[in-house]
Amino acid sequence: MQPINKADVQEKLNQLVNQDVYIHLETTTGSYACLQGEKAVSVCAYIRNGKVNYQRGQITGSGPYRVGLKMQDGWVYAEGLTDFEVMDGEKLLLAGHDDQGQLGIALQISPEPFKNDSGRE
Amino acid sequence: MNRPVLAVFPHPDDESFGKAGALALHAQEGTPITLICATSGQMGRRMGNPFFANRETLPLIREKELKDACEAIGIHDLRMWRLLDKTLQFEDPEELADRIFQVILEIRPFRIYTYYPEHGVHPDHDALAEATIRAASRLPLNERPEIYGSAFSKNCMEVLGPPDIIIDVSSVLDKKMAAIRAHRSQSEVMTKKIDEELAANAARKDEILASQMKEQFWTYRWPEELVTRR
Ligand SMILES: [Zn+2]
Repeated sequence: MQPINKADVQEKLNQLVNQDVYIHLETTTGSYACLQGEKAVSVCAYIRNGKVNYQRGQITGSGPYRVGLKMQDGWVYAEGLTDFEVMDGEKLLLAGHDDQGQLGIALQISPEPFKNDSGRE
Repeated sequence: MNRPVLAVFPHPDDESFGKAGALALHAQEGTPITLICATSGQMGRRMGNPFFANRETLPLIREKELKDACEAIGIHDLRMWRLLDKTLQFEDPEELADRIFQVILEIRPFRIYTYYPEHGVHPDHDALAEATIRAASRLPLNERPEIYGSAFSKNCMEVLGPPDIIIDVSSVLDKKMAAIRAHRSQSEVMTKKIDEELAANAARKDEILASQMKEQFWTYRWPEELVTRR
């Protein structure tokens, strides 16, 4: 992945508009966050291959960035995005990393379902 | 030939952090080791430092790292299940236990390494540990392998008492550190710190690596309801 180039991401968001796409949306503190203090909790939300169709996709901010996808019946939204990659020419991968390279959020959009057995060669 | 040991862990790197030394000692004695790794660590937050993996490439990278770590430790029987990281807790525990039980019957280990149920912190650690206990409990008490549990919950000392097994792994420290380094995407944050300290104070090597020289385990104590065969 590389630091987000806003124009490149916007172009990719536009390409994927008005069609069924699969999203991976995830945010996590990591499962060990609960060890950090008396009241600390581990928090994670995760959707893989949710099928959506958005009419408008927009990246905003000046880094870290936000991305919103406006759908007929609702929204998908991610904040804290720092890096991006276009995979296999069609999948848009966006992620937010902290200064140690740890992932805190991911938003990925693909016209095909993301693999669930990517471990198999 | 020595009777084998079985290690049952959900993530690539669980077998290395805090356990690679004990396992390497078995390998050195000629004890065969079978490792079940139930997921590909797909949900790891660490991507390398600086990061070199992404959500889609991480599982393959971690599987390769695991194979290298097994090489360093001397594990020649690696069973990768490739279930999804963080979801073991939602699987049918009987099905997980069935798969583990098959391996127990196949290799007849004298000891199993896993997490101590309820003290593994990560939900996958606890779920797989419970499935392992469930599997082992299908054997009559006198045929069950002993179970060395790893615990690092906040209250593990309070609830379990101090660990009853403390192993000096200093004789295989190089193998252990090689295994930890093999899990580069996950361990770089830690090994960079160690390397910086070593570079600055080569003479204090033993002190800097002191926490790596000992590994601790809690022998699983069968609760009353699991003492008799179910
Ligand atoms: Zn783990």
